Amino acid sequence: MTLENIKSEVEAKVPGCALEIVANPSPSGQHSLRIDPAHAVAIAAFMRDAEHLRFDYCSNVTGIDWPGKEISEKVKVKKLVDGVEQEVEEVRKSQTVGHLEVVYHLYSMEKKHGPVILRMRTEDRAEKVHLPSLTSVWQSADFQEREIFDLYGVVFDGHPDLRRILMWDGFKDHPMRKDYVEPDDYEYEPTAHDEVLERARQHRTVMGAQ
Amino acid sequence: MDEQLKTELRKQGIVATTLQELYNWGRKNSLWPLNFGLACCAIEMIAASMARYDMARFGAEVFRPSPRQADLMIVAGTVTKKMAPQVVRLYNQMAEPKYVISMGACAISGGPFKQGYNVLKGIDRYIPVDVYIPGCPPRPEALIDALMALQKLIDHQPLTGADRPRHLRADAPSEFIVPGFGAHDLEPSQNPEVWNAPLVNISLAGTDDAGKH
Repeated sequence: MTLENIKSEVEAKVPGCALEIVANPSPSGQHSLRIDPAHAVAIAAFMRDAEHLRFDYCSNVTGIDWPGKEISEKVKVKKLVDGVEQEVEEVRKSQTVGHLEVVYHLYSMEKKHGPVILRMRTEDRAEKVHLPSLTSVWQSADFQEREIFDLYGVVFDGHPDLRRILMWDGFKDHPMRKDYVEPDDYEYEPTAHDEVLERARQHRTVMGAQ
Repeated sequence: MDEQLKTELRKQGIVATTLQELYNWGRKNSLWPLNFGLACCAIEMIAASMARYDMARFGAEVFRPSPRQADLMIVAGTVTKKMAPQVVRLYNQMAEPKYVISMGACAISGGPFKQGYNVLKGIDRYIPVDVYIPGCPPRPEALIDALMALQKLIDHQPLTGADRPRHLRADAPSEFIVPGFGAHDLEPSQNPEVWNAPLVNISLAGTDDAGKH
């Protein structure tokens, strides 16, 4: 039972769904399956219930933050230089929007196989951060989806009880996002980490001490 | 009173003492800790109270589940920002005289989790701490050592004069600000009456001498 088999089977059984195999080039070779959010619940239900798949156990749900990247590409442009038309190389910079990704690890207790890894991506990191909740398919996703909501800011539609689970209710940030800014409560600490030391130094400048 | 005269009198069956000695002797040998733990340090605290290490030898075995009956708070473990208001509130509910032992690296400074987004960088930001025990976690012997250090501290407290402890001064606070949950951090992020960031010679930052002025 390879990932390709699962992919073609799911595509045959769930009409209109789009799947993509995400290759993992590392020695572990744990490839994963990216599913489209619109059909996620149907795909998950199929993978849980299909006779020979029976992925009845969702062991882990986690999140990944993919911040937008700046892409610079060189383009050849025709330009007037000193009154003569010349071909000039120009660097164009563009910004990608970035995503929030959710990863599900599935096993089958009954068939004793797995893991199969499912991934889902939001459209961007600011507004369109909605994904369907798979708690209705795997109960064990409940708390972990709440944790991802808390720490990454992914909103799970259809979750039975979507509240923050680690931070308090009035908390506004999502600490596991790469652009999270910690509150400035630095004090001196003897540390081997240059990054921490640099932030302590900045803190001192802001506070106006020495 | 002269110590030598006291021992001479003791040999004759006469006990001479002062009210201060008697008062402190009574209190130091009956410290009732508050029965609460926050993380793995609590396991060491439990071990210290059980038969092998037997904190009962120091009169501190009566772990009280109510802050109203306790006079020693052992902050045993990582204080998360979500938990910090509850810890301060428990401390406020304890009756004077009350003492705090900050047990382990986390309760002192945040320890290995110091840079974490939800970890308080030391309970001494909100409440006054009497004894700090380093360690991750400290062994039960270390907790007993801290208890003995606290007993010594109590033993030397004068009943009168400017140096008398907080519970004998009517103007001294016995309750401290309970931090609230803010949008990005606890508010306030520290109680300036209790704690201020240590001044550091930043030109020496990163060297061993940075704490010196």
